[in-house]
Amino acid sequence: MTDPGPSPSPEQAAAAGTLAARIALKQRAGGILVPVVTVVFALVMSGIVLAATQHSVHTALVAFQEIFDGAGLNWIFHPTTNLIDISAYNLSQTLLQTTTLILTGLSVAFAFRCGMFNIGGQGQYFVGLVVANWLGVDFAGMNPFAHILLCIVAGTLAAAAWAGIAGVLKATVGAHEVISTIMLNWIAFWVASWLFGAGGPLQNSTQPTVPVSNQVSSSARLPDFWGAQGFQGVHVGLFIALAAVVVFWVLLNRTTLGYEVRAVGFNPDAAAYGGINVKKNLVRAMAISGAFAGLAGALDMLGGTTNYQFGQLDIPFSQVGFIGIAVALLGRNTALGTLFGALLFGSLLYGSFHGLGSSAVIQPELAGNLTYIIQGLIVLFIGADVLILYVWNSRKKLRRPPANPAQPAKATAA
Amino acid sequence: MSDDLVLEMRNIRKEFPGVVANDGVSFDVRRGEVHALLGENGAGKSTLMNILYGLYRPDGGEIRLAGKSVSFSSAREAIQSGIGMVHQHFMLVPVMTVAENVVLGSEPRSGVLLDERVAEKRVADMAKTFRFAVDPGARIEDITVGQQQRVEIMKALYRNADILILDEPTAVLTPQEASDLFEILRTLQREGLSIIFISHKLNEVLEIADRITVLRRGKTIETVPSEGATEASLARAMVGREVLLRVDKEPAQPTDVLLEVRDLHVRDDRGIEKVRGVSFDVRAGEIVGIAGVDGNGQTELIDALAGLQKIESGTVEIAGHALTHASARAALDAGIGHIPEDRQRRGLVLEFSIAENIALHDYAKPPDAKWGWLFPKRMVQRARTLIREFDVRGGGPFTRAGGLSGGNQQKLVAAREIARDPSVLIAAQPTRGLDVGAIEYLHRRLVAERDEGRAILLVSLELEEILSLSDRILVIYEGRIVGEHTGDITEEEIGLEMLGGRETAAA
Repeated sequence: MTDPGPSPSPEQAAAAGTLAARIALKQRAGGILVPVVTVVFALVMSGIVLAATQHSVHTALVAFQEIFDGAGLNWIFHPTTNLIDISAYNLSQTLLQTTTLILTGLSVAFAFRCGMFNIGGQGQYFVGLVVANWLGVDFAGMNPFAHILLCIVAGTLAAAAWAGIAGVLKATVGAHEVISTIMLNWIAFWVASWLFGAGGPLQNSTQPTVPVSNQVSSSARLPDFWGAQGFQGVHVGLFIALAAVVVFWVLLNRTTLGYEVRAVGFNPDAAAYGGINVKKNLVRAMAISGAFAGLAGALDMLGGTTNYQFGQLDIPFSQVGFIGIAVALLGRNTALGTLFGALLFGSLLYGSFHGLGSSAVIQPELAGNLTYIIQGLIVLFIGADVLILYVWNSRKKLRRPPANPAQPAKATAA
Repeated sequence: MSDDLVLEMRNIRKEFPGVVANDGVSFDVRRGEVHALLGENGAGKSTLMNILYGLYRPDGGEIRLAGKSVSFSSAREAIQSGIGMVHQHFMLVPVMTVAENVVLGSEPRSGVLLDERVAEKRVADMAKTFRFAVDPGARIEDITVGQQQRVEIMKALYRNADILILDEPTAVLTPQEASDLFEILRTLQREGLSIIFISHKLNEVLEIADRITVLRRGKTIETVPSEGATEASLARAMVGREVLLRVDKEPAQPTDVLLEVRDLHVRDDRGIEKVRGVSFDVRAGEIVGIAGVDGNGQTELIDALAGLQKIESGTVEIAGHALTHASARAALDAGIGHIPEDRQRRGLVLEFSIAENIALHDYAKPPDAKWGWLFPKRMVQRARTLIREFDVRGGGPFTRAGGLSGGNQQKLVAAREIARDPSVLIAAQPTRGLDVGAIEYLHRRLVAERDEGRAILLVSLELEEILSLSDRILVIYEGRIVGEHTGDITEEEIGLEMLGGRETAAA
């Protein structure tokens, strides 16, 4: 994960005999194994809950089938580009959801790699959303490429600055980022509701009683690469998100900035000793983290909803910042892991809402709650995964002192 | 055995893999006495007390409390038998009040709730009886370290301790707080408590203790009444007359001054002045050793030189260039190499690979990087060379540094620091916790680097190491250089200076 260069090296093979090397290899394997086991476990537990509440194992299996189909994953059995096909349409919606989650996941993952917990992805996402809407409405008629670029860059930078506040607070007065980012979430939320609310400066110009923004002008809308007349298609933001995955990896593993971020994340004392400015890195990493979330917001505004409705956003969309935490944790804060985590959660979110919501076998009033239960279980098991690793690591730490009794940690002396 | 013995430990033996920490240690405590346990780092004091407190089980020997043989399998059992221990690092809840902390775990209750009034009253009574001068209603985070220590003592008393173990109690205190503590200990003594006082400060031990037991390398050397003992006699017993592991080296050929420190003052993170006006030079081609007991300002001195701690006043020059308020980065670039005292907390990023750790100072410079772009292959290449040159075993460039043994981790740190070709090399505790082979390697390497013309500043708590490597020895005591030696000098003489002995003798 942190090794420079390709990981299977002659040295590793040669060193595989030593105990340390064997443990290292196991951890590496566990890096893929643990998340997979987590997901399987969560799904099995969800199945048990479903079977128990429905008094039928068969219904539970059907429910999974419907989530699968609801996410459009059955598309692979009869692929078509025609969105009128229900599986193709479902898949396109899953991809839209995944686009957002990749970016909010990367946001959380980046902060984690610098040793910080950015729980404010939601607020940073809002900032990106709001700024993109503002500029997307105001500069109507610009050259589309320039207009889109302007909205995306401004939304991203605004969110970076927004998250950077939490970074500055941590670096200067030691305010914990969990607290400050949560507070910033609410500030962003209420500022947005003022901006777009009745009488607000960005409220729509036609219906003065409705707290909704104007539609983003057509010159700022992201083009669909997979769409059809009358359908919400998949916009090119997906490719931007995929590019962000690459940027994330390159930034962390191939730049001095990433080296500093990782060093500070692993051991700030050693980083400072190495000549790295720890405070600068906290601010910078937080800003970069916010940039990913802001990009998600800007893309959603320009490609998805195109206007801001106070309290009217779809539930999955309005939670994307928080779901990003689960995505990053499941993906172990790596680029590729986050991508797969986003795909899983994107499918699950859209598939369970849509699939179970229109289910023929599960009462509609139960379907929504079951969706939450399944999502909750996955998050719970991810938490348990981290907990297991934590217990495992601290057990190793506890075992260390007696192995070296002649040199107690506290140095008494001569 | 006489009736007034409250505690006897006979022939206690405790082995850890590869080390005998206690080898037939015998120790007893009379009712109402202060018994000091004196010894070097690793002499077995902490192990012995952890056995008494139920944290370790002895491999052999017998513990008798008031004549009755006991065997504890947990600290809880020891506490129930009337043993209390105040650790060096306090275990208090900062946001809770003094009273709440004292009663924590055995709270007076009204129904299911904590009866705060009763708790505060009991604690207030206790504070009055023993003259603790601590407000039971104050929060722990608002009171001084000295007062926090008294809360720890009260915790033990509240649980009816009649034997109180204090582990290096004065290490965290100011001199005034220490003398207040001694007052309290005397009061406790008059109330009939027995106190075990772990320390390595000779003057304190002589001041407070009735009897003194000296441990060395896991064995009891002697138990003497403090009347009649002197600092010199205790130092001799502590250090012993072992043959020194001398390092083969030619006489030094010092040339230019590369490190010049003048009237340096440094405060630690708590704001206490730990370096109080230190001045010295280190020349190219010499090893200057700084001897001293832990906590006398060494850490702050090194950190100040390495740009990791703010300098209050005074100047530092490297090869004639001022470096007084430099950042860590600037200190590195000016030619300081620094083998830090804690290689795991500071010297290495354990999760990083060997290659990445070797790049820790120069990751942003060619050949490792250019314009912010890393070249991992070059890092790996350099790592491969250094692994070979410094004989780092247990893995290649991609191996996690945390997976290496202590000795190889230290070699890795030394490799990185020396390979940067520093003009001044600070080696802090370079062989702490290492086995004999690794110690020998690092010692030879330091001498070789000296002969290459580097100025080497060696800071160590191991007197033997200082004596065998240094061309010149500075003794630091309470943030000041109290002695400088070039010729032959015995451990006893330096040991006495390290403990502030000469000041006492001169007074």
